[in-house]
Amino acid sequence: MTGSLWRLMLRALTSPSGRLGAVIIALLTLFVFVAPWLLPDPSAMPDLMAGAVPPGAGHPFGTDQLNRDVLSRVVSGGQISLSVAGLAVLLAVTLGALVGGLAGFYGGWLDSALMRMVDGALAIPRLFLLLLLVAVWEQMPLGALVLVLGATGWFATSRIVRGEVLRLREAEFVLAATALGAGPGRIILRHLLPNVAGPILVAATLGVGDVILLEAGLSYLGIGVRPPTPSWGGMILDARPLLTTAPWTSIFPGLAIATTVLAVNLLGDALRGALDPRSA
Amino acid sequence: MTRWLVRRTLQAVVTFVVVTVLLFVLMRLTPGDPLERLAGDRQMSAEAVAALRHKFGIDQPITTQFTSFVAGALAGDLGVSIEHYPTKVSTLVLSRLPASLLLGGTVLLLTFGIGIALGVFQAVKRRSRADRWLTRASLTLYAMPSFWLGLVLAWFFGIRLQLLPVAQMHDPLLDPDASWLVRTGDVLRHLILPAVTLTAVSLAAVMRYQRTALLEVLRLDFVLAARARGIPERQVLWRHAWRNALFPVVGLLGLWLPMLVSGSVFVEQVFNWPGLGSLAADAVGARDYPVILGTAMLVSAQVLLGGLLADLAYYALDPRVRQA
Repeated sequence: MTGSLWRLMLRALTSPSGRLGAVIIALLTLFVFVAPWLLPDPSAMPDLMAGAVPPGAGHPFGTDQLNRDVLSRVVSGGQISLSVAGLAVLLAVTLGALVGGLAGFYGGWLDSALMRMVDGALAIPRLFLLLLLVAVWEQMPLGALVLVLGATGWFATSRIVRGEVLRLREAEFVLAATALGAGPGRIILRHLLPNVAGPILVAATLGVGDVILLEAGLSYLGIGVRPPTPSWGGMILDARPLLTTAPWTSIFPGLAIATTVLAVNLLGDALRGALDPRSA
Repeated sequence: MTRWLVRRTLQAVVTFVVVTVLLFVLMRLTPGDPLERLAGDRQMSAEAVAALRHKFGIDQPITTQFTSFVAGALAGDLGVSIEHYPTKVSTLVLSRLPASLLLGGTVLLLTFGIGIALGVFQAVKRRSRADRWLTRASLTLYAMPSFWLGLVLAWFFGIRLQLLPVAQMHDPLLDPDASWLVRTGDVLRHLILPAVTLTAVSLAAVMRYQRTALLEVLRLDFVLAARARGIPERQVLWRHAWRNALFPVVGLLGLWLPMLVSGSVFVEQVFNWPGLGSLAADAVGARDYPVILGTAMLVSAQVLLGGLLADLAYYALDPRVRQA
């Protein structure tokens, strides 16, 4: 399993756009988690009288209305946005694999019940599901946000996994495992799911882009990551009244979102192409 | 045909029932109830809160609440807004519908018109420099948060260049007796920035669907046969190949039909466009559950309807579906 997944990733990296995406992701992650040691401390007492300073020496991205360094805030917002997206997708993919695996393996009423539920859930646009789930929290802990983003992201994955498991259920290696006395849990986890690892990886990669955009949107509406925790969407919300006087305060966090999502989507596309060359 | 149609419609109805149950359960799963916050904000007596509870039916047992919720939803009654009490949710939604229809319709038309044209162009010029750059450009737009792109466009065209209005749907200073033409022109000017923003971020999907579908058809034998018969290339492309490469795009259109009515929460919010999207966004800010729930139900119904219509279109367009 790990061998084939590894080969899939290597094949995705043979395409220029896949390589570009992977390089950008690697650099961004590295930068976001290393740069805080190199940059001015965002929580250091700023010079409140100076206000928003345009980009220049000392503050490459300028400062916001409280004279906080925008680059530092983009970096710490990136830590939050990237971690939230990564964890939420991990949760979503795990749920999707389990539900899809169970439905495909057992079939029957369990399959029907689960898939009818997934049909229903897929008919509600994810943003509206999130609005319903998120609006209640007066103060939303980050963990709850991750949970909610993950819990609304697994429906499509479960469909894919179910289809593949259904196809593989009668395969000879599964029959052989059953004959050797493997239980259903072992067969699903050790024999079926590893063979679906490719499509799951593709869904997960593309899912990260979706979640980053959704989290930014929720934070922009003021109900995602909440102040004082910095996030890219929240920075754009804060910067809205400064649009005429200090446009850089909204431009840079937006560029950070767009670059990250673009890189993730490029890599996801390359992975999909590597998995199914016809689709490229 | 009728049997297929009945089965397909029934399936959509069952899914909608599941949607209703899911939404109800979600709303109830949430900690506390909507009135708690209201009561906290406005210093109400316990009796007043209890009276309100009774008015909104929150004091009933959960099963009663559920049946009255479903019965109401089936009758088109989505309850009463908390923020705009005592306006009905259905009245609010209806009042916001025209603006969303206008924005959504324009965006669908633009996205599919431009997307199909560019997708066909890319397929014909596959692997050329233009093809690659169009893909890159559209993917870059696709990666942008719509609210941010809206803000940037509003800043540049509205504030820097003073070319276009950046909020609302009408100019409040416009003479109310102005001619029909002037008023239409005013709405159109307000429409440009939100419509361009939404089109820009959604174009990539249509382009990609059209490009991939056309490439797949172009390599089929019947296209080769048509060319061999000496049919002009333009005719081969549009009459023979493109017709057959339209199905995935039709499916996507069905998927996006909800946009017609729900528009975009973010873009409508950025431009203060008086549609359903900004209604939902404002409702979230005010914790106005009945309104959030009502818009969610409406959008889900549209998603199901869009899927149904797309399947019907497949059925009409593709004889192979009929045999299956």
